[in-house]
Amino acid sequence: MADIPDSTGPGSSGLKGRWHRLSIRQKQVVWAWGFLAIPIVFYVVVRFYPTADAFILSFQEWNMLSDREWVGFDNYVRLWNDPVFWKVFVNTFEYLIIGTPISLVLAFIVAYHLDKVRFMHGTIRALYFLPFMTSAVAMAWVWRWFYQPVPTGLFNNFLAQFGIPQFPFLQSTTTALPSILAPAVWAGLGFQIIIFMAGLRAIPVTYYEAARVDGLSNWAQLWQITIPLLKPTIVFLVVFSSIGFLRIFDQVFNMTSTNPGGPLNSTKPLVLMIYETAFGGRSRMGQAAAQTVVLFTILLIVSLLQLRILRDR
Amino acid sequence: MNSKTMNSRLRTTIAATMTSGVALLSAAPAMAQVEIEYWQYFFDARVTAMEQLIENFEEANPDITVKMTTFPYDNYRTQVAAAIPAGEGPDVVQLFYGWLNDYVEAELIQPLPTDTFPAETIESEYFPMVQAMEIDGEYWALPTAVRSLALFYNKRLFEDAGIEGPPETLDELVDYAIQLTERDGAGNLTQAGLTTGMTAQDHHWWREVLVRQFGGTPYNEDYTEVTYDDEAGIEALEYYLAFQTEHGASESSFMDEPQAAFRAGRAGMHIDGSFRIGALNDTRGLDWGVAELPAGPDGTQSNYSSYWVNAITSSAEGEEYEASVKFMEYVTSPEAMQIWLEVVGELPAKQAVGMTDENANDEVYGPFIRGLEYAHTTIFADESAQRQLMVEMVERVFLEDMDPAESLGIAAEAEQAILDDYYSE
Repeated sequence: MADIPDSTGPGSSGLKGRWHRLSIRQKQVVWAWGFLAIPIVFYVVVRFYPTADAFILSFQEWNMLSDREWVGFDNYVRLWNDPVFWKVFVNTFEYLIIGTPISLVLAFIVAYHLDKVRFMHGTIRALYFLPFMTSAVAMAWVWRWFYQPVPTGLFNNFLAQFGIPQFPFLQSTTTALPSILAPAVWAGLGFQIIIFMAGLRAIPVTYYEAARVDGLSNWAQLWQITIPLLKPTIVFLVVFSSIGFLRIFDQVFNMTSTNPGGPLNSTKPLVLMIYETAFGGRSRMGQAAAQTVVLFTILLIVSLLQLRILRDR
Repeated sequence: MNSKTMNSRLRTTIAATMTSGVALLSAAPAMAQVEIEYWQYFFDARVTAMEQLIENFEEANPDITVKMTTFPYDNYRTQVAAAIPAGEGPDVVQLFYGWLNDYVEAELIQPLPTDTFPAETIESEYFPMVQAMEIDGEYWALPTAVRSLALFYNKRLFEDAGIEGPPETLDELVDYAIQLTERDGAGNLTQAGLTTGMTAQDHHWWREVLVRQFGGTPYNEDYTEVTYDDEAGIEALEYYLAFQTEHGASESSFMDEPQAAFRAGRAGMHIDGSFRIGALNDTRGLDWGVAELPAGPDGTQSNYSSYWVNAITSSAEGEEYEASVKFMEYVTSPEAMQIWLEVVGELPAKQAVGMTDENANDEVYGPFIRGLEYAHTTIFADESAQRQLMVEMVERVFLEDMDPAESLGIAAEAEQAILDDYYSE
């Protein structure tokens, strides 16, 4: 252990001298960048490089076994001409357009009333939050079972007991998507309620006191105080849950795993399509990358639009 | 460690000190210990069987050790693809027969040596479908075991319905299915006569069995062209759909998965592969039997078979290559096949082993093994995508009331597009 180079040796004296000559401010900058370097390197290697690679890959053809081959815009052209892609495109937006408002309105109603509840407040809040912590896969399988036809499904068995005809839930092209969306909304509700409640609690009580003195009705208080002051919370939740619905996968894949995205592609979202293209059957990685770029673009546009619209008002 | 290996180790060590160590690794004396690596995907029974085979092989070849690595099925292909070019992969690898072309093209595997595995011997000894492993006169891979389809039936339900034995013809299949069906007061299906579902094994049954039995062929000779879009195809599809639409003896969504309904004792009959034997054996209280698939209107019998093969990778060189060849020889030996049958429930790939009186007349394996004689192996370009088209073909009729012939046409066109795309590359 004697041969460790001495830090005061001639080799390091130049560097050390230079360090001493720096001002405190400059030293702080060096330290800051030194610490920042770690996450930056991490992000470059784990996030930015693969993202850039995915863009490149979207112009190539690759089945993971052979070499990557340049094909230009072929993958995008193929996507444009694929009727399934357009169906999937519409589905993805259906998840977004139905899911986001419903989940936000529900979460707000629950949070608004929960805020006023004193009795067992913590327990009730925890109960709402529970589904959010449960594994989406486990949950999807339980709901999948709920939706089964007679004699296995809980809902249909219940209907059958009263002589009501079976409801097709996951078996029909019109009801399958809402059926999958319902547990997805329910699962995300806990998180949104917690955020909404934090937002509600942040509104100073004095505003409400003043409103009450002025004789403002509850309804007017809601529209003139609560909602305007909740705007930052709403913006956050709209963007956050939109991204969530645009990226929906677990629920769909697990509830329709025998016929993923079925029946007749009526529930298939973009992420599931990407997964199937990349890992199902023939591993068309280039095609999957092109789909990923499309998803990325959609997410970007939707998020930017929402931020803009909700901020300007 | 026995004294022989000890000796050889010692000798190697002495030699190693005398010459440069690195150079020696590849040029070690023949007696030196060679380690080869074997990869397969993780499936409990397959791993147990392979462990047993490796143990026997090492006993017979004390200078070779085989190290087995398994991966979850989901990322098995990726692992192999990433490891072999990097020189870190296995020497012998297991792959699905449908992947062969991709592996050959990517130069991940090398052809089997013709002196040890002559094409004529393979062609005379193995069940005919193994010929799909031949490319340009060379065999690239060989299976230990194969799987085929048969009809599982619930003996107790048969007895309750007063049916003597399993159906032998397609007409009987319909008759029995109707008799075995039960519905509740509201008309909901509570017991299916026959399970159906293209998502399970039915797409194989429809393609390679029903289409042929109605006088057609699903594809041309080399599986590059779809040929089921004709009268025979329509008849086969209508026969299949009628179980649900006309006879009310089945529902494709019944109990989520066909095999689940059969295992729960809620289905009279169920068509499935030999790999289902293990799961059914573990199901308590289920009294089931197996029969060959029912014959067609003119007595035609047909079946579908598939298999997993073993191949030597391109990274096996020198003495590892020699050892890999020996290992391949053993895993394709009659002894190995019999072990595989008993442990995994999959059928021997060689006729002489499969068709022994004991195996061919076995109550459970028998119908599967006899089915191999007239089985066809579909050469898929993309099995899951091609299956999906069958699923949608049926769904369009059930959910959108489309005419079966029209739906069949759409499926045929889409499948042809997949094949064209694949073979044009």
